[in-house]
Amino acid sequence: MSGHWEHFPHGADIGIRGVGDTPAEAFAQAARAVTAAAADPTTVAAKRSVDIHCTGADLEDLFYTWLNALIWEMSVQRMLFGTFDVTISSGTLHAVAHGEAVSPARHEPAVEVKGATYTALSVRHEGEDWIAECVIDV
Amino acid sequence: MDIAQLERISDNSWRIPPSGKMRVPVVIYADHRLITDMDEKVREQAVNVATLPGIVGASYVMPDAHWGYGFPIGGVAAFDAEAGGIVSAGGVGFDVSCGVRTLTTGLPVATVQASKDLLASDLARSIPAGVGSEGKISLSPLEMDAMLVGGAAWAVERGWGLAEDLERIEERGRMAGARPNHVSEHAKRRQRDEMGTLGSGNHYLEVQAIADIFDAAAARAFGLEQGQVVVTIHCGSRGLGHQIGTEFLREMALAAKAFGIELPDRELACAPINSELGQRYLGAMRAAINCALANRQIITQLVRDVFARRLPQADLRLLFDVSHNTCKVERHSVGGVAHALHVHRKGATRAFGPGHPDLPAALEKFGQPVLVGGSMGTESWVLAGMPTGEALSLSSACHGAGRAMSRHQALKRWTGRALVAELAQRGIIIRSPSMRGVAEEAPGAYKDVTSVVNATEQAGLARKVARLSPLIVVKG
Repeated sequence: MSGHWEHFPHGADIGIRGVGDTPAEAFAQAARAVTAAAADPTTVAAKRSVDIHCTGADLEDLFYTWLNALIWEMSVQRMLFGTFDVTISSGTLHAVAHGEAVSPARHEPAVEVKGATYTALSVRHEGEDWIAECVIDV
Repeated sequence: MDIAQLERISDNSWRIPPSGKMRVPVVIYADHRLITDMDEKVREQAVNVATLPGIVGASYVMPDAHWGYGFPIGGVAAFDAEAGGIVSAGGVGFDVSCGVRTLTTGLPVATVQASKDLLASDLARSIPAGVGSEGKISLSPLEMDAMLVGGAAWAVERGWGLAEDLERIEERGRMAGARPNHVSEHAKRRQRDEMGTLGSGNHYLEVQAIADIFDAAAARAFGLEQGQVVVTIHCGSRGLGHQIGTEFLREMALAAKAFGIELPDRELACAPINSELGQRYLGAMRAAINCALANRQIITQLVRDVFARRLPQADLRLLFDVSHNTCKVERHSVGGVAHALHVHRKGATRAFGPGHPDLPAALEKFGQPVLVGGSMGTESWVLAGMPTGEALSLSSACHGAGRAMSRHQALKRWTGRALVAELAQRGIIIRSPSMRGVAEEAPGAYKDVTSVVNATEQAGLARKVARLSPLIVVKG
């Protein structure tokens, strides 16, 4: 099955899940799920790009670090990102996130994402798919 | 929660005796209905907390508890540094010192009703709220460090508020032991343009009517009179706290093995209090507490400015300011001996009883005000700490209604526009840039705050002083 993202319920916050053929694709899809916690990612135009690089002790640590690096950029740049080019090589992630400045009128962002957490954090290979998921604090 | 696994202590308290790796019991305060509705994850998380090194007394759970990160939200736990106790970034949470403050206005409800729409618009325009909003304040690196050390006292020195506000804030508005040099440049950058902003999610500003008084003497001392109006602000340490939480959670999780700490859940990431990492976290976390206090202080002044223009006869005085997500050093009696303990309150309110030396003189006789936020469109409460709270919960009480339903479920059930219209019919004005945000915060997605407050009082943690009902809600 090709890449996709989804949310799963958590008591107070939101679970995000990315699914793809590779860990990199699952990470990119999970990033869309982070955006979707705030606004519909299909309404986000690719007007500006931001480079993100990070490293992790293992794939789960890398996933935590990646999402939090992205959340920091969302907060500091006051942007939403809709598409992501992600590559992972030897424990290092390189990404280009494409998006635009938040428009309260057009995006109607529901919540601000505070951080990705270790709750329900998992990166695993299931059948043909790579699945990357965790709960984000909003 | 399956109550077959619990021992019932009283109508409003339950116990899980130590077993396996638990060092202390779990004590849960809730009535039968609240506990049966409580997520099983709350029990699991409270049991995990009970296994942490140096925990003293019990792993306590407040009546509004729900599934959190590592600790349940509504969890309280104290640790003894001399017994190898830990400090946990997960036990404090991402929104460090998220809290509530309430201002009395001296205005009768009728006066506010007469200009309610205009007041709502003025407040929504003047207090930056929602994703992507920016405050009018941008801090230089020097001012950032001064704010992180000075908290609300820093804000008052720069003209946001009154000196007399400070005695109505925990720690007199300035958390000692803050170390700005332990706060990363990433965290400071994230906060640079966020001072005086409300945030989003469950954060809000409400104009409320004092609907009922339950303790006339305490209400008088608190400045609360039935039929008058108060303003309540709920927000926290914004981007700075979130970033500190994110960074230290990871560092503590990676370092746990080296400290010989077995984490039943990575989110319980912690370090010994008497370690370089533990002390570094405490210095940064205390700076985040100051950031939250400064932020609520600035918003207070923005609110005062709006009232001065729209209803100049108002006299906005700070009733009190409480913080929820903290770790503070407090003296508590354990086995009849006073100990200095690192008390974590995660989604719980400090609730000192009458006579506590940290209370301002005017409130000392009545106990600490405990401000309990309800959901949008329902009621909020002012409680007061009780003497019994010290032995029961290290002087801690509930903090809000607590979610009963996920955001996902709420979105399926309600639309923002319908909710705004429904609440308008009940005389409540909602101002928010996001209708989806309104739907996610639907009153029906929260527990019944009255049940939470009743259980809190009947358990002996805090007693009812006044009930507040919303007139205007500004949400991010």
